[in-house]
Amino acid sequence: MIYADNAATTAMSKKAIHAMLPYLDEVYGNPSSLYAFGQKAKEALEAARGRIAACLGCEAREITFTSGGSESDNQAIMTAAALGEKKGRKHIISTAFEHHAVLHTLEKLKKRGFEITLLPVHENGIVTAKQVAEAIREDTCLVTVMYANNEIGTIQPVSEIGAVCREKGVLFHSDAVQAAGHLPVNVNEQKIDMLSLSAHKFHGPKGIGVLYAKRGILLESIISGGAQERGKRAGTENLAAIVGMAAALEEACAEIDNNAKRLTALRDRLIAGLNKIPYSELNGDAGKRLPGNVNFCFEGIEGESLLLLLDDKGICASSGSACTSGSLDPSHVLLAIGRPHEVAHGSLRLTLGENTTEDEVDYMIQAVTEVVTYLRNMSPFWRDLSTGRRPHVFAE
Amino acid sequence: MALYSEKVMDHFRNPRNVGVIEDADGIGEVGNPVCGDIMKIYLKIENETVTDVKFETFGCGSAIASSSMATEMIKGKPLSEALTLTNKAVTEALDGLPAHKLHCSVLAEEAIKKAVRDYYDRNGIAYDPAQFPDCDSCASLEERA
Repeated sequence: MIYADNAATTAMSKKAIHAMLPYLDEVYGNPSSLYAFGQKAKEALEAARGRIAACLGCEAREITFTSGGSESDNQAIMTAAALGEKKGRKHIISTAFEHHAVLHTLEKLKKRGFEITLLPVHENGIVTAKQVAEAIREDTCLVTVMYANNEIGTIQPVSEIGAVCREKGVLFHSDAVQAAGHLPVNVNEQKIDMLSLSAHKFHGPKGIGVLYAKRGILLESIISGGAQERGKRAGTENLAAIVGMAAALEEACAEIDNNAKRLTALRDRLIAGLNKIPYSELNGDAGKRLPGNVNFCFEGIEGESLLLLLDDKGICASSGSACTSGSLDPSHVLLAIGRPHEVAHGSLRLTLGENTTEDEVDYMIQAVTEVVTYLRNMSPFWRDLSTGRRPHVFAE
Repeated sequence: MALYSEKVMDHFRNPRNVGVIEDADGIGEVGNPVCGDIMKIYLKIENETVTDVKFETFGCGSAIASSSMATEMIKGKPLSEALTLTNKAVTEALDGLPAHKLHCSVLAEEAIKKAVRDYYDRNGIAYDPAQFPDCDSCASLEERA
């Protein structure tokens, strides 16, 4: 099997698994308990917090553990909304191609009277700090822009956006779920006020994540109950997962440069190979993208059948077609960068990981080329395109 | 549990009757690229019987499997029988489809009916328009997209 869906989730690192084992086994005490056995768990919890803070360039007390990226995004946005509402500032700026954890939370706030500006995304998959600066108003309480897009992998200018927001006195949140462990993050240098990450995207366990919030930002709890996480996130801590996440993040951050160099070469080899398929195009900027992300649209075919046939050839991939999303519309990300519906249905995302080899890349190029050709040969849409009955979207 | 039944996967992996009939007696195309599925059915008709049928499909796994199964179900059958093929029958023959994929079997039914109608139109054969799906449904699919 060739696993090329590392943006969906990753294999756990052996270091992370080993780090977790004692906390699944002998160290089962509750960190909130007073006795020494509980306090041993508490020590591990705080040590993990400190290690994660060091990876992000912040203080331990600025780290809150959550169940993952979605919860962190929800809590960050609800926090900014609550703070804004107190000052009568009910305008939020985001982008049209954020993750649904952000977009759906903003939809909820819209119903509560907030005004939401979703910045349009350039066809290269990048928003600019200038767009953000121009959209900021007196009543803006939050700018939330993802660090790197989960579908097309394009990297946003978060440092520049952070500088703009800091200057204008507006909170800046970044969903760094795809970036953490793969791109350098330093919340202080990048002037990020809140940041979300999720362990299973960098070889940590599932169901655990972090919300970084700059000192002074009073988090709005979205889960009520006990006083865990300084009263900002109730529920007994998932200690084994937290320890595993710390180990995985440290390992990933120590190897960021090496991994990026190796993956970028493989990525560019895959892009060059798929570019040879006629009437296909890479989605998003070719250079300013995650080291492991490849996302293509192929004219005349539909993504789900492409995925099923690739699965038969042992390749795990994903697509932004409507059929794979379970909705009538294809990926909002592809639509946001201006891909027409009929082309967006024929999209393929291959996300490489630390285990991907050059042979696997070459096999993927061959397999995708074969499957695209096969599906085009039975597609009446392709027949129309190739006989000139319908116009092509891409150049040959 | 897998997304699709074994039957669906079999017809998807080894679709029956894929292709084009150059001298078809009736052709029916439904769906559109914006929605992400198009089905095209070619019929060869002799003595009011479907002597050959081919299909081309742009769409997901269940769209391809539905086309394949539907063509198998009408091949060699009298036209009157082909016209009574329902999406429900296609779905049942495939051992079911996920709820959000049922429209694929509807497309198969409509494509066949449209091809038969095309045959009637070409040969000046009178028919009851009520027998055939309202082709505005294609437009409504587009509107929803």
